[in-house]
Amino acid sequence: MQATRDFSHYVKHLGSGLAHIDLAVEGVSCAGCISKIERGLSAIPDVTLARVNLTDRRVALEWKEGALDPARFIDRLAELGYKAYPFEIVTAEAVEAENSRFLLRCLGVAAFATMNVMMLSIPVWSGNVSDMLPEQRDFFHWISALIALPAAAYAGQPFFRSAFNALRTGNVNMDVPISIGVILALATSIVETIGHAEHAYFDASIMLITFLLVGRYLDQNTRRRTRAVAGNLAALKAETVTKFVGPDEISVVPAAAVTAGDIVLLRPGERSAIDGTIIDGRSEIDQSLITGETLHASVEPGSEVYAGSLNISGSLRIRVSAASEGTLLAEIQRLLDHAVQVRSRYVQLADRASRLYAPVVHATAFLTMTGWFIAGASFHDSIISAIAVLIITCPCALGLAIPTVQTVASGAMFRAGVLLNSGDAIERVAEIDRIIFDKTGTLTLPEFDVVNSAAVPADVFELAGRLALASHHPVAAALARAAGAKSPLPGVTEQPGQGVRGILKGEEVRLGSPSFCKADNLANIILSRDPEASVVAFSRGGKRYVFAIRQSLRPDASAVIAALQKRGIAVELLSGDREPAVRAAAEMLQVPEWRAGVTPADKIARIEELKRQGFMVMMVGDGLNDAPSLAAAHVSMSPISAAHLSQATADLVFLGNRLAPVIAAVDHSRKALRLMRQNLYLAVGYNFLAVPIAILGFVTPLIAAAAMSGSSILVMLNALRGRHVPQETL
Amino acid sequence: MEVIVFLVPLALLLGLFGLLGFLWSLKNGQYDDLDGAAWRAISGDDETPAPPASS
Repeated sequence: MQATRDFSHYVKHLGSGLAHIDLAVEGVSCAGCISKIERGLSAIPDVTLARVNLTDRRVALEWKEGALDPARFIDRLAELGYKAYPFEIVTAEAVEAENSRFLLRCLGVAAFATMNVMMLSIPVWSGNVSDMLPEQRDFFHWISALIALPAAAYAGQPFFRSAFNALRTGNVNMDVPISIGVILALATSIVETIGHAEHAYFDASIMLITFLLVGRYLDQNTRRRTRAVAGNLAALKAETVTKFVGPDEISVVPAAAVTAGDIVLLRPGERSAIDGTIIDGRSEIDQSLITGETLHASVEPGSEVYAGSLNISGSLRIRVSAASEGTLLAEIQRLLDHAVQVRSRYVQLADRASRLYAPVVHATAFLTMTGWFIAGASFHDSIISAIAVLIITCPCALGLAIPTVQTVASGAMFRAGVLLNSGDAIERVAEIDRIIFDKTGTLTLPEFDVVNSAAVPADVFELAGRLALASHHPVAAALARAAGAKSPLPGVTEQPGQGVRGILKGEEVRLGSPSFCKADNLANIILSRDPEASVVAFSRGGKRYVFAIRQSLRPDASAVIAALQKRGIAVELLSGDREPAVRAAAEMLQVPEWRAGVTPADKIARIEELKRQGFMVMMVGDGLNDAPSLAAAHVSMSPISAAHLSQATADLVFLGNRLAPVIAAVDHSRKALRLMRQNLYLAVGYNFLAVPIAILGFVTPLIAAAAMSGSSILVMLNALRGRHVPQETL
Repeated sequence: MEVIVFLVPLALLLGLFGLLGFLWSLKNGQYDDLDGAAWRAISGDDETPAPPASS
């Protein structure tokens, strides 16, 4: 039974006889990968375009319609050593990409206008103190107006729109003082120009827009990039389902294309993407992702299988009762939605700052105007001073303060193996004082490993590994990997649910369950010492061996936990697993507080309890059962091997087999938060210096421009310090 | 000083060309993959295919 793969769902038809598909690719990180992939794919006949995008880690492919099956590209990439999956750009991501491009277009226009207006302003400033004729000055002012007005109208759109929307709903945001300042400054400048005055503010207003757009663009780009990477992760993990399209005909389809009532095939080693009832076949399934329970459950026709379960030994035919919006998933989803709502009340640092900022600026400008008017200045002079206040308090340093640090820190964390799912995650990670780890798949590695390999002769180990290559069983796969086996033995047959056997030099060799190899006694001894382990037996002639296989702790888990405790972060273990297993792990890692056998609801209850006690809790977990508690915690983190839903919920995702990225995330975030605060102080401190000068009416465009650029550059330079955080070796 | 009547528009025109060039390259997708562009520049591989027309 050879399965066909059906990815037509993802193919776009471009017209003119071309088809297009986007693939998310894992492991693209360098120039070598780019040319290797592009050459490898272009070599396929009828491919008209193969282009790698290194920023988003994707490949765009175009080919002559009908000439090729998209599955061919995935096979080719697999040959080249890259895992790929078709990718559909979700609406939110497309909108962000378009937004980002629009901001860049605005920035280009604003920067062009700034440069040219400055080119005209400098002669005016120097001419005002030397020999410039009033007609020449007017000429320069008019040209400045000609450049600045259309440029501001176009490039200011992001601010004007946002300010308008805020005002319409009765709110005030950061964009309101910006918009008022820019519009007032431009309007006054025209009036001044008509009146042949010495000063116009075209340069200040357009420069303000430019600096603010830089911050806005950086902010947007960080978010866009994170979303793109998160989208890739989702695509790479996207579940496929093997569906029966005829009595003996199967097809691999995206999980989204399966509905209740369909019959699907679940082979050994595959993870179910659906809920359903078994109609044919017997097997053991691993439900640890859902329940946290690592012991395997036996299933037979009539048993229920939930999405996320791993099939261990036999092939199963399952009648689907619920597809991706499954019953159990729906339950978890409900808990999740609730938890997410609770967390969204967190206010970001930038928002908190601007909430204070806008009213203060408006009040200062208004008081300046009335103050001067009462003091006897003309209405014209009073309003000029008010505008000067609005411009010089320009929140451009404030607007740059947070996004620049976020951009730099997220880049540094990316290099340390941490991906950010949300922009404010940095601020929240920096605040934590308590961290809760799930055990299975988080503190332990997701894959199984042989723990007693030293007790088995090397030649037996190697032979067992070669035999294991013939089996689909995950435990056998772990054995084959541990033995480093490359060449399978010829003529090996598999006995479903039992094991594999073959003939070597006239002797029968078997690998499989202890009863299959008649090694029950040996297996029981091992199991009594280590109840956590799974066993696989090997027999050759009369000799018998039993391998104990279990998930081992991540190599640096205890070092990371010690390092966290050294940073004043209390560590706690919450696991759905049974008590002996959790106790053993807690003792080995020296974690004083642990709880075993907790349900998803218990985990949330514990987190809520800690929150009430005033702790800032970070949850690190990977299972579907962890998803709600990930959302309930102040901030959350998942390994890349986590269940899809958990990964989507986590604020940060870390790569690799080591736990060290957790420390990196904490260190980088703490430094980033320090820099953000420093930047806010810098921006506010600058205002303390500049505002009195503006209130007193001494601000010329030169001072405004110099002060504004100076503070913005200072803030950006300070943000760059976040690139390097000393990393201790674990 | 009459010369500025010509020089200023000329300078603006040159700047405008730069802006149009920027907008053209943006529309062409040249800023879509800055990380990749940095590596491509030093890869010395002249046979890489052209970027996709705007998607």
